[in-house]
Amino acid sequence: MEILLAIITGVLYASGIYMIMRRSMVKLILGIILLGNGVNLLIFVLGRITKGKPPIIDSAEKVLEGVYADPIPQALILTAIVISFGLQAFAIILMKRTFKVLKTDDLDQLNTTDEDS
Amino acid sequence: MTNDIIILPLVVHLFFSIVLMFFWNKVDFQKIFSVVANFIALVVAICVFVFVYNNGTQVVQSGNWEAPFGIVFVGDMLAATLVLLTAIAGFAVSIFSTISVIRARLRFGYFSVFHFLLLGLNGAFLTGDIFNLYVWFEIIIISSFVLISIGGEKNQLEGAVKYFALNFFASMIFLTALGVLYGLVGTLNMADISLKIAEVQNRNLVEISAVLFLVGFGIKSAIFPLYFWLPASYHTPPSAVSAIFAGLLTKVGVYALIRVFTLIYGGDGFLNTLLLTLAIMTIFSGGVGAIIQNNIKKVFMYFIICHIGFMIGGLALFTEVAMAGVIFYLIHDIIIKTNLFLISGLIYRIKATNNMKKLGGLYANYPKLSLLMAIPLFSLIGIPPLSGYWPKISLILASLNAEQYWFFGALIFGSLITLIVIAKLWSEVFWKDQPKLSLPKKFIYFDQLRLGQKFTFIFPVAFLTFVTLYIGFGAEHIQQLSQRIASELINNELYIDAVLKR
Repeated sequence: MEILLAIITGVLYASGIYMIMRRSMVKLILGIILLGNGVNLLIFVLGRITKGKPPIIDSAEKVLEGVYADPIPQALILTAIVISFGLQAFAIILMKRTFKVLKTDDLDQLNTTDEDS
Repeated sequence: MTNDIIILPLVVHLFFSIVLMFFWNKVDFQKIFSVVANFIALVVAICVFVFVYNNGTQVVQSGNWEAPFGIVFVGDMLAATLVLLTAIAGFAVSIFSTISVIRARLRFGYFSVFHFLLLGLNGAFLTGDIFNLYVWFEIIIISSFVLISIGGEKNQLEGAVKYFALNFFASMIFLTALGVLYGLVGTLNMADISLKIAEVQNRNLVEISAVLFLVGFGIKSAIFPLYFWLPASYHTPPSAVSAIFAGLLTKVGVYALIRVFTLIYGGDGFLNTLLLTLAIMTIFSGGVGAIIQNNIKKVFMYFIICHIGFMIGGLALFTEVAMAGVIFYLIHDIIIKTNLFLISGLIYRIKATNNMKKLGGLYANYPKLSLLMAIPLFSLIGIPPLSGYWPKISLILASLNAEQYWFFGALIFGSLITLIVIAKLWSEVFWKDQPKLSLPKKFIYFDQLRLGQKFTFIFPVAFLTFVTLYIGFGAEHIQQLSQRIASELINNELYIDAVLKR
């Protein structure tokens, strides 16, 4: 399972970065979404995957014994997902607005700010 | 609980940004309210600074969860100093915003977002938890996206797309580094990580996570191969926004680098060599970039990059003298860079352009104002006894002690190039006769403003200039403070003991 998830993480990173480097704005947004998911999956895998061992302390004991699923990576991912949703929503609005004003979705055309003024 | 005072700067900004949202369309009220709020924040920051200065590092555990498990806020001397500097810069910029940012922009919640930005900055400085640092970084960048694109001009949107893409990418790299680090040590508290990272067997992975942090923070703080978003975007928003970005946003990246590379990856040989090389390249490329620019805002932007190199290089030397230089430079740089962009806004209001070729005759028409602008410009070069001079002594001394002659050369080169470019700027903008140009008619010039409005324009610049003068002439106090921070950073046991209550 870890190997499969690791490969998927790699694919998501690679495709995300590739899409970000393309010239179209829509592909930039897609790249952002893919990269965000790749990172979330990476944190999930690095938090060690444990099946069927919830981190709940037995009423008879005081501390957790043995192997248990770490709840922290899931909390981290939840936070990261919410943040990346916000950023993606902003990105879509920003790109739409930019397209309306500049009448192009080619990122290579966005070079007027580098001119001398 | 008296040590709770260190989270007051966060509470103040959060409270006022929410209250400002309720007065969305009442721009005049927002202006007054924001300035008052920033004044309160300044008073609070001074209280926090004095409290930490007298009582040492303060720790607040949120929700009373004990240190390695819950999120902690740590007010050490570095954090308290940066909170104070943020409050000073925020106060000046909020006054400047009331007059220089046009009404159409203010109507879209400018001040509310501005307070959220300051909240994020204060949070990033005060947190002791690395994932919480990521969250504060996100608050900073989301607020900065709004500020950079508010108004929606063509240039701004273009700059915003570049700024957004690169900063988002940096955040993702930061999050990746965080994931790798968590996988290695199983904790998120920075003090706890610092203890546990020494026991990790797989040193290669530790090094990889360190380099990932370097790339993530490197994009944010604009170091050598990663800075190209900065000259493409920082000059597009109004000067007040540029000022707060230039003064604080890149410096928060530097702060994160200082924190992570002293506390977690302190004194690693490979990393220090890497950082030093990058610092030298940053100084050279930033300096060379500044020479060829004609727009004064762009010149100042390349100076930001150039001078980031000074701080990163000092961090790489990793001695107490070098760190004291870095901290002193950071204190000087935040105030001076904010002020430079306010000055560029003031020049724009006087002449309706920021292009050096079209400017001129400022000294003949506004001699007193020119004198006021000369002080920050000379401090930037580091003419003794102004503020830029003192940290450079520490940095040069440290580079000679460590026998890093390349860095020594880069420091001299960076200072010389700053001198040359400022001399060029001075002769073009202030001494040269005003060239005959067809100037826009509909523009409201500085001369047409009422006396009160003129005062609002000049007061923030004068205030920051006064702070710069204090840093220069009261260098003894700042040097003492920097040395104290430097020794706290190099001997990180103090920080760890305070957080983990050992």
